[in-house]
Amino acid sequence: MLKPKRTRPVILAVSSGGGHWVQMQRLKPAFAGAEVHYAVTDATTATGKDAGRVHVYPDANKDTPLRLLLCLVRLAWIVLRVRPDVVVSTGAAGGFLAIRLARLIGARTMFIDSIANARELSISARLALGVADRVLSQWPRVAEITGAEYRGAVI
Amino acid sequence: MIFATVGTQLPFDRLLLGLDSWAASRPGVHIVAQAGASRRSFRHIETVSRLSQDAFLARLQEARLVVAHAGMGTILSAAELGKPLILMPRRAKFGEHRNDHQQDTVREMARLSNVTVVDDGEALHAELDATLARGFEAPRTRVQAGCEALDPLLEVVREFVWNQPQCKGTGSRLRGRQSA
Repeated sequence: MLKPKRTRPVILAVSSGGGHWVQMQRLKPAFAGAEVHYAVTDATTATGKDAGRVHVYPDANKDTPLRLLLCLVRLAWIVLRVRPDVVVSTGAAGGFLAIRLARLIGARTMFIDSIANARELSISARLALGVADRVLSQWPRVAEITGAEYRGAVI
Repeated sequence: MIFATVGTQLPFDRLLLGLDSWAASRPGVHIVAQAGASRRSFRHIETVSRLSQDAFLARLQEARLVVAHAGMGTILSAAELGKPLILMPRRAKFGEHRNDHQQDTVREMARLSNVTVVDDGEALHAELDATLARGFEAPRTRVQAGCEALDPLLEVVREFVWNQPQCKGTGSRLRGRQSA
């Protein structure tokens, strides 16, 4: 799919609330110079100068199939609207879905599993392994046994 | 003020009840809890169901002690602010979470100098007593925002964003077509 030539990459940063969001915040310096859009489950994060580029999607997990479907539809709309060059997610389920969708429009995708997953990958990260360009674990031992990469951590 | 939080997704009454029963005999101690999805009411602690991101950080900043489930948002934010933190992991066997990953989290996070881990209400009481007896003494060291693990992670994300593949990660479009 041909896109108009962009001078700087458009990033869609996807994260659930709580720890996923806090970890995304810590990655912010890596986005300097790019056009960053945030997709989040917690509408209260949409404050300050980022507000215009914050998109809210419903929180869901494997135990809430209906919400998961709503989440998928909403994320599809966000992905089509933002048309990101790059999708980066710190989880959880919505991050995987966004990455799956973004692959369909040819975006580069990276899933960074939460540092909370110290002994094994989350289900979302495991699913992302077959889909995302890069799947990172924040624990060397977890990376070793799963095929994810270890490239550092937020703490 | 002691600030307690159990996130907003699932109830965690074991922690809140432990806190409430401790507070019953400590009327002078003000405890505010983000109780999330809990359906109970508590007599000795002040609860709010859900705080905005800004209000959450404000409470965290105010607190002399933080008591929480093993949620990474709280752990990272408390570490950055240098707040003493008591963690009680949620257990799947009590229906407190979908799995036991919080057990794994606390095993690793226990090494942070501001963190103490408790497994049940009794241990929580003991730890609260000890902390109160110390006068909520400040934690020993403050976790630095820019630590040695963060920089390489930022570097790899930056390279990925600007598509400077030093390593694997090329040919993304090709793979995209295939998996589509």
